[in-house]
Amino acid sequence: MNRPAANIKTLKIDGRDVTARPEETILEVARQNNIFIPRLCELKGLSTVGACRLCLVEVKGSNRLLPACVTRVEEGMEVTTSSERLDGYRKAILELLFTERNHICSVCVSNAHCELQSLAQKLGITHVHFPYRYPVVAVDASHERFIVDHNRCILCSRCVRVCEEIEGAHTWDIMGRGIDALVITDLNQPWGSSESCTGCGKCVHVCPTGALSEKGRSVAEMLKRRQFLPYLTLMREDRE
Amino acid sequence: MTPEELEQISESEHEAQGKFAHRVNVCVAAGCLSCQSQSVKDALDKDITRRGWEGRCQTKGVGCMGLCAEGPLVSTDNGTMYKGVTAADAPEILDSVESSPIERLLCPTDVPFFQRQKKIVLENSGIIDAERIEDYIGSLGYGALIKVLTEMTPPEVIQEVVKSGLRGRGGAGYPTGLKWSTVAKAAGPAKFIICNADEGDPGAFMDRSVLESDPHRVLEGMLIAAYAVGASEGFIYVRAEYPLAIKRLRTAIRQAERMGLLGTSICGTRFSFRIDLRLGAGAFVCGEETALIASVEGKRGTPRPRPPYPAQEGLFGEPTLINNVETFANISPIIRNGGDWYAKIGTEKSKGTKVFALAGRVQNTGLVEVPMGVTLREIVFEIGGGIPEGRKFKAVQTGGPSGGCLPAELLDMPVDYESLARAGSIMGSGGMIVMDESSCMVDVAKYFMDFCMTESCGKCVPCRVGTYQMHRLLESITQLEGTPKDVALLTELCDLLKNTSLCGLGQSAPNPVISTMRSFADEYKAHVEERRCPAGVCGNHRNSEEPA
Repeated sequence: MNRPAANIKTLKIDGRDVTARPEETILEVARQNNIFIPRLCELKGLSTVGACRLCLVEVKGSNRLLPACVTRVEEGMEVTTSSERLDGYRKAILELLFTERNHICSVCVSNAHCELQSLAQKLGITHVHFPYRYPVVAVDASHERFIVDHNRCILCSRCVRVCEEIEGAHTWDIMGRGIDALVITDLNQPWGSSESCTGCGKCVHVCPTGALSEKGRSVAEMLKRRQFLPYLTLMREDRE
Repeated sequence: MTPEELEQISESEHEAQGKFAHRVNVCVAAGCLSCQSQSVKDALDKDITRRGWEGRCQTKGVGCMGLCAEGPLVSTDNGTMYKGVTAADAPEILDSVESSPIERLLCPTDVPFFQRQKKIVLENSGIIDAERIEDYIGSLGYGALIKVLTEMTPPEVIQEVVKSGLRGRGGAGYPTGLKWSTVAKAAGPAKFIICNADEGDPGAFMDRSVLESDPHRVLEGMLIAAYAVGASEGFIYVRAEYPLAIKRLRTAIRQAERMGLLGTSICGTRFSFRIDLRLGAGAFVCGEETALIASVEGKRGTPRPRPPYPAQEGLFGEPTLINNVETFANISPIIRNGGDWYAKIGTEKSKGTKVFALAGRVQNTGLVEVPMGVTLREIVFEIGGGIPEGRKFKAVQTGGPSGGCLPAELLDMPVDYESLARAGSIMGSGGMIVMDESSCMVDVAKYFMDFCMTESCGKCVPCRVGTYQMHRLLESITQLEGTPKDVALLTELCDLLKNTSLCGLGQSAPNPVISTMRSFADEYKAHVEERRCPAGVCGNHRNSEEPA
């Protein structure tokens, strides 16, 4: 029996030799090899959108920075995941996120369990040098079990994707554009009166910040449980 | 439809038009229509009936004649052009076709504005009736399509486009032949052609004018492209703000279908192609190809990272060829006259001609088509007639919000893709806004940043929040409340957006700021260090009136 030749790519990430399957992305391979690349919009099990721009990496021979979450590996690729330039951009992007809405960790349900916060700490952000925006945005607590607090939303669109791709409800979407963009339920109806929402809570648990949380949680009490995502992905792959 | 039938239509059209001793052309493109050219045409028709000249003099609604600022424009078959015509002038114009021209309305055509142009894309504009396919066929229309269907193989068509050196006219200047051959080679059960008519740069109206004046030319270009790459379905994505262009495109598609030039087994061959319109809903970002594709698919118009490029995975995941209106409009002359003919025009790396929409502080605002490589000075001062009211030239902005401002020192630079890019601007789709000394360059930068901020789709962080922050900094500088630290922050954000944004909109949003900071650094300095606007535009006007 003829077996197809194993199609394995070899590449270098931060000087380390690694191997990968051709359909894998730089971020996936880095993760397998315990190489940390910051990201906020990507979540294993959901489609990738390349929107947060934190996972940008340098690839030798390319004059552009490439998002690791959507860039597929290539034979002989030489990837640098951390440099003064990349760290500078990543800090600036995080700072821009902090200025965009009202992120006040000390009163947040996700304090100490927040991806935005922990990333900022990891990258050594001590202050924000762009002016804050302090927008007036709403909190929607109309749902019987969940709350959406737009003050803490970073528009990563994980909730939109998990609802459409995993739950199949497509309750969430994004309204408006640019700085006025907002995640909405149904056609901008209060979450509590949404007819498409199944109340599954997947959106709450993939949310990287305290924007989506369960009711009844106090400061720092909102722990996000994501086990369902790899589990569901695996089960569905098996069935196919 | 056979070559013979096409020839016959062309001949009978010439015969029909030849029956008239005189012809008066009235521009009925949007520019002149907005200054009542339709009433001029109606008045002419009425007066012809009154005189009983029906068989003797014909009026024709034609496309753009170029000098939009002087509309409504009327031309007669003896080569006379009239400007600023009103309905009341109709009898006098009809009198003049058999005697001497009317001095009062005369628009001289022996001036550089008309003489220095080279018309390829606009060869039929202002001459044919955009709503009659017979008129287009009478001007060699669809000849190129018949030629490729009967005499050429798809690779030969692509070869001809490669030879012409044509580059994408939407702005980035990607070689058209290369794009076509990529799509031709891509495997897929279905392939698509998309015509990007989502022209959105402030002050740009080239594509609108082409669509209103000569829509069949664009259809023919798309048909030839479809034959070359093996596509059977096409879309024209046209912004809803162009109702007249949409109406004329619809008419054109219907006429071409009726003649068997669009639809199944075109001209009796196995080649089938249909074209549908999709209307843009007012988002500038939908001019970006991946956002445009999402919008055609019925999704939210946001860009996605490339690769995969649309040529590999485009509309509905299939290989898709996206070209701009002007690019498609260049195709039929290239096929008719050969790629070598086209490649002789222009510069070494930028071939052919480019249509520019000349706007702003310039004498002759309007549409011009010039060979690549002419200098900015020729365009602004010779063709454009210079700056009105004896003011001093300050800058010319090319490429819209993705472009830059070029100062007087760069006026002698040739206009081609590389030179413009080196100077910190881009060719863009062809908008050219002239500014004089009364413009403040910081204020101009703020205007474009406001545009980018409002048009950012909000998907990626650097563009969504970065354009907001940059706009706010520019706002404070133009309020004369900025500090040198604000300028430093602005510089930092320029670098961030350029290098980290997802799509072209965000990556090029800093260009107006970068180019004005480079060429007009002293103006920024005056704003933040002396709290003074040299052009007297910025700040609180109450303050500027107070004695210093």
